[in-house]
Amino acid sequence: MPKTLFEKIWDQHVVTTLGDGTSLLYIDRQLVHEVTSPQAFEGLRLTGRKVRRPELTFATMDHNVPTEDRFNIKDPISKAQIEALTKNCKEFGVTLYDLKSEHQGIVHIIGPELGLTLPGLTIVCGDSHTSTHGAFGTFALGIGTSEVEHVLATQCLPQKKPKTFKVEFTGLLSPAVTAKDLILKLIGLIGTAGATGYVLEYCGEAIRALSMEARMTMCNMSIEAGARAGMVAPDETTFQYIASSNRPFAPKGKDFEKAVQLWKTLPSDPDAKFDREMTIDASKIAPQVTWGTSPGMVTDVTNRVPEPDKVPGYSRKDVEHALEYMGLRPGMPVTEIKVDTVFIGSCTNARIEDLRTAAKYFKGRRVASSVRAMIVPGSQQVKKQAEAEGLHEIFKAAGCEWRESGCSMCLAMNPDQLKPGERCASTSNRNFEGRQGKGGRTHLVSPEMAAGAAITGHFVDMRTWK
Amino acid sequence: MEPFKTHRGLIATLDRANVDTDQIIPKQFLKSIARTGFGESLFFDWRYLTDGKPNPEFVLNQMRFKGASILVARNNFGCGSSREHAVWAIHQYGFQAIIAPWQENGESRIPAFADIFKNNCSKNALLTIELSAPEVEEIFLMTDRYAGLEATINLDEQRVTLHLAEEISFHFEIDAAIKARLIHGLDDIGSTLNHEKEIDSFELHHNPQLYK
Repeated sequence: MPKTLFEKIWDQHVVTTLGDGTSLLYIDRQLVHEVTSPQAFEGLRLTGRKVRRPELTFATMDHNVPTEDRFNIKDPISKAQIEALTKNCKEFGVTLYDLKSEHQGIVHIIGPELGLTLPGLTIVCGDSHTSTHGAFGTFALGIGTSEVEHVLATQCLPQKKPKTFKVEFTGLLSPAVTAKDLILKLIGLIGTAGATGYVLEYCGEAIRALSMEARMTMCNMSIEAGARAGMVAPDETTFQYIASSNRPFAPKGKDFEKAVQLWKTLPSDPDAKFDREMTIDASKIAPQVTWGTSPGMVTDVTNRVPEPDKVPGYSRKDVEHALEYMGLRPGMPVTEIKVDTVFIGSCTNARIEDLRTAAKYFKGRRVASSVRAMIVPGSQQVKKQAEAEGLHEIFKAAGCEWRESGCSMCLAMNPDQLKPGERCASTSNRNFEGRQGKGGRTHLVSPEMAAGAAITGHFVDMRTWK
Repeated sequence: MEPFKTHRGLIATLDRANVDTDQIIPKQFLKSIARTGFGESLFFDWRYLTDGKPNPEFVLNQMRFKGASILVARNNFGCGSSREHAVWAIHQYGFQAIIAPWQENGESRIPAFADIFKNNCSKNALLTIELSAPEVEEIFLMTDRYAGLEATINLDEQRVTLHLAEEISFHFEIDAAIKARLIHGLDDIGSTLNHEKEIDSFELHHNPQLYK
């Protein structure tokens, strides 16, 4: 029977079926960070259990990490959480990329860098943006702390098989329109619960043309559509990415050749059946900007802030509430929204290509005097590469702050926070109330759009940038 | 885990769609390494004013909902971050169950709860109940009309009953595995470890592609 990419990976990982539509699924990698793991390790201690496969478990610290003086964590509770991870990794034999490591970074950025993320695997992490790894043709899902403990103890997870949802993007993207705009557009169309219960597979000409890093951006925000995971079939772009750079855990030489033969069997069979299918013309997609407090509250940069009764999927009351929080009035052109802060970073958009793109716009220009712009590389490797290319000098000359790697203002668990009422153009993934700081107002955009907003102080249709 | 069989309690309604886990428990409370102490911070930004006093506008601060143990919400409850702290906060505040509506979407249904959140609830004896939109609307209406309205949830019979002069009952569907786990208060990890021999033999031939 023809199978989808997801079904092939699923079938290869079923340890046993549990009889009620649930299977016990084998997990090839667990990635761990400091926020969602302490209670899981404590659970193991209380029950006297061990980590079953410590060599398949990898940890780093990213959420709490200061991006200025990273070895001087002033918040004692943050510090205690980071120390707890160090202690837990030591006690249970888990590899840790700590603040001193050249591989430290946002967990979803270092997985691919290290070659831990490979096609055909199952990957979990106590973090909803684990969907990022699906860009490699990996079944990667975010889990809660109880499940983190479950995988630590058993290397397995009981799972009900999700349904499959194919989204085909036909045509090619316009210049200055990116993977971020593709995924925001999709979320706007189907809503933030539109893919709940499904695994999304992105395909079509526009997806084939995307780089690996852009595919990661795409898959990263699958969770914002409610999906269990997002996936892209592996192809030459994938294989080249894995073979490039020094990825310590990736196969090399004969192992690599053997692996590629295996990976080539993964793409969905031509006549495979999906539970749901949708086609979107990528060539017609404009740069996207969110205007509300849910990622589905999004529109084209050329549009206006909507009237409260004209937003599909949201009640009048929800929209009124969102607009009040955001301090926006209906009918206002999106390009007239002025920002105070620009954040370029997060597991969505803090890889080297994102920084190169931003640098292209900042080169020879200045950040608007009313704007504070912060650039936070996703990992120490990204930081090192950017500095080798001189990007940090471009950012600094433009008046941007150049920081150390971490999650930073995406969720503002560290000191990088918005003040009440501050408005931010952010390359992150969530525009929830208070996400970037209590009372802060977030507009989700691509790195292109963020750079344009930093330079001009408002949103610009980057297709028209000169 | 404590078994969940039946529960009778006061209903509280929260009339907002897409309540995300950042609202349920904001980031500053995720720094704890303990599994307890989250109830006081539930809905922190909505519940407290900047001076730390309770916000009288927020529904859970109103007298009529004091001591509520059944939360009735709108669609896509618990979306966003995977933080299980959100479930711990709701449970530790005193809620035993959450009711929310699924939505019609052509021939399929959009579930009432976000996926990871629902999974997390099932590991913490917090029951999530999905009803149709008109049924949830009726509970909102009745809770508004009759102060102190209580409901009984019978998990075995998959039924919610509103204690009105004339009782109203709603049947709900629930995943068989989750139902069994809640009713028997099963240790999920223990259940998987019962399959240890199968995991051992699976590992003999399975290659997790680790090249170092």
